[in-house]
Amino acid sequence: MTVTVLEAKDIVRDYKIGGGLFSATKTIHAVKGVSFSVQKGKTLAIVGESGCGKSTLARIVTLIDPATSGDLFIDGKKIDIASESLTPELRRKVQIVFQNPYGSLNPRQKIGDVLGEPLKINTNIPAAERRDRAMAMLTKVGLAPEHFHRYPHMFSGGQRQRIAIARALMLNPSLLVLDEPVSALDLSVQAQVLNLLADLQDEFQLTYVFISHDLSVVRYIADDVMVMYYGEAVEYGSRDAVFSDPQHEYTRTLFKATPRADVESIRARLARKAA
Amino acid sequence: MPLLEIKNLTVSFDTSAGPFLAVKGIDLSVEPREVLAIVGESGSGKSVSMLAVMGLLPESATVRADTMTFNGVELLDLGPAERREIIGKDMAMIFQEPMASLNPCFTVGFQIEEVLRVHMGMDRGQRRARAIELLTLVGIGDPQDRLNAYPHQMSGGQCQRVMIAIAIACNPKLLIADEPTTALDVTIQKQILDLLVGLQERYGMGLIMITHNMGVVAETADRVIVQYQGRKMEEADVLSLFEKPKSNYTRALLSALPENATGKRLPTVSDYVPEEEPVAGAPS
Repeated sequence: MTVTVLEAKDIVRDYKIGGGLFSATKTIHAVKGVSFSVQKGKTLAIVGESGCGKSTLARIVTLIDPATSGDLFIDGKKIDIASESLTPELRRKVQIVFQNPYGSLNPRQKIGDVLGEPLKINTNIPAAERRDRAMAMLTKVGLAPEHFHRYPHMFSGGQRQRIAIARALMLNPSLLVLDEPVSALDLSVQAQVLNLLADLQDEFQLTYVFISHDLSVVRYIADDVMVMYYGEAVEYGSRDAVFSDPQHEYTRTLFKATPRADVESIRARLARKAA
Repeated sequence: MPLLEIKNLTVSFDTSAGPFLAVKGIDLSVEPREVLAIVGESGSGKSVSMLAVMGLLPESATVRADTMTFNGVELLDLGPAERREIIGKDMAMIFQEPMASLNPCFTVGFQIEEVLRVHMGMDRGQRRARAIELLTLVGIGDPQDRLNAYPHQMSGGQCQRVMIAIAIACNPKLLIADEPTTALDVTIQKQILDLLVGLQERYGMGLIMITHNMGVVAETADRVIVQYQGRKMEEADVLSLFEKPKSNYTRALLSALPENATGKRLPTVSDYVPEEEPVAGAPS
């Protein structure tokens, strides 16, 4: 049985800039009518370059910013944070992991407090149980209980990203938005974090919206792929359909620009160079 | 004769916990007109060894080597002033963060012309003409106008082009590019890589490409050095490296590429290489 966890219809987001004493207001159309849906336990990857609106979309899905127009359904329920305030119950359903694990953790907070804070704000679970849950989550993401009392600067980038993932999972969300979660990491650490994400998805039946500009990562992790270009979804379909038969010119450009690390391509390049 | 030859380079940093060895005895050479890629993850010492060649490391670093010759000159014997005559002129470097490597307070024209004034002693008119020529060369449209732009008025890709223009301003014999495309989008990355390799071929420069991206290596290098935790793990021409890697670590790096994934799980480096000398805060 498939359950639709997230559905978006014609999401539009405009930003107004300028509008000082002598200048007219300018409207930037960051997202121009994007629709998609994600089933429970699946991964939708959103691909695009900087400025294409993918992070704006992430903020809308995570209920940080409201959409200018369009409908957003989470677990089949229509949500509009522009007209009604966000309830703790809703906040529990959607969580986000940001790109830069150096900027997204408070340097003055111990890891235990980082993990306990979502529970403290959104639930009335007593302190002792918050601590137990934080401990359990630490081991779940591959860290150790002795990390509980350490500060973020004592961890490597990969470990910090594990902490950020752990924090996002503290509230038992059904939908996790991952905004370029591995692009700041080394290749081998990237592999570890991708493996962790796959394990967690299996264990908790998590639904992922995975934002990335790295096509090789997307090909590995995604079930469905949406390619964005200047605020529009130019390509949307299953992973195999998009990768084997890209319809839009821009998708093809993206594929062509991705460096290829196979022996055949190296041979071809060396042959071109010798010629 | 190699353009750059280094034997047994070690770099250590003084820390409160005693000396920390970042580079542990690396041999390296670059021929004229050669593209050498140095691959490794953070902490492998790839940037530090090149900063040592440039002489850009902080006071807390101690650089030792048996030899470090560039173009027949022993760099270790040079004083700071003589060193400065070489770097930026015959040997130039571009960095990862184009936005951060340009000075936000000056126009890009001023920053390009600064190199020409210091190293080439050109007068104002010559400098301006050469700056326009350089911007055209690195593919910035409307160069006359863009000379007066400040870094914040340009995109990341354009800033990296300006950095490249500064680096090649004095026709260097060796260009060191430290992760030149890591902060950029894939389509821009492709343009910058094409530009760098194009310039390298056109002017017959030696090019050292520091990167952690195996795709970038495959697309640019003639020869590759793989580094891990300050040591050289493997050195090979690019085809043999990808075809039959010799060291376990290279095999691990290649199989951690998501496009090479065969099963549901990606192999990680720790499956191949035992963690050596664990350091506090190192990835587990």
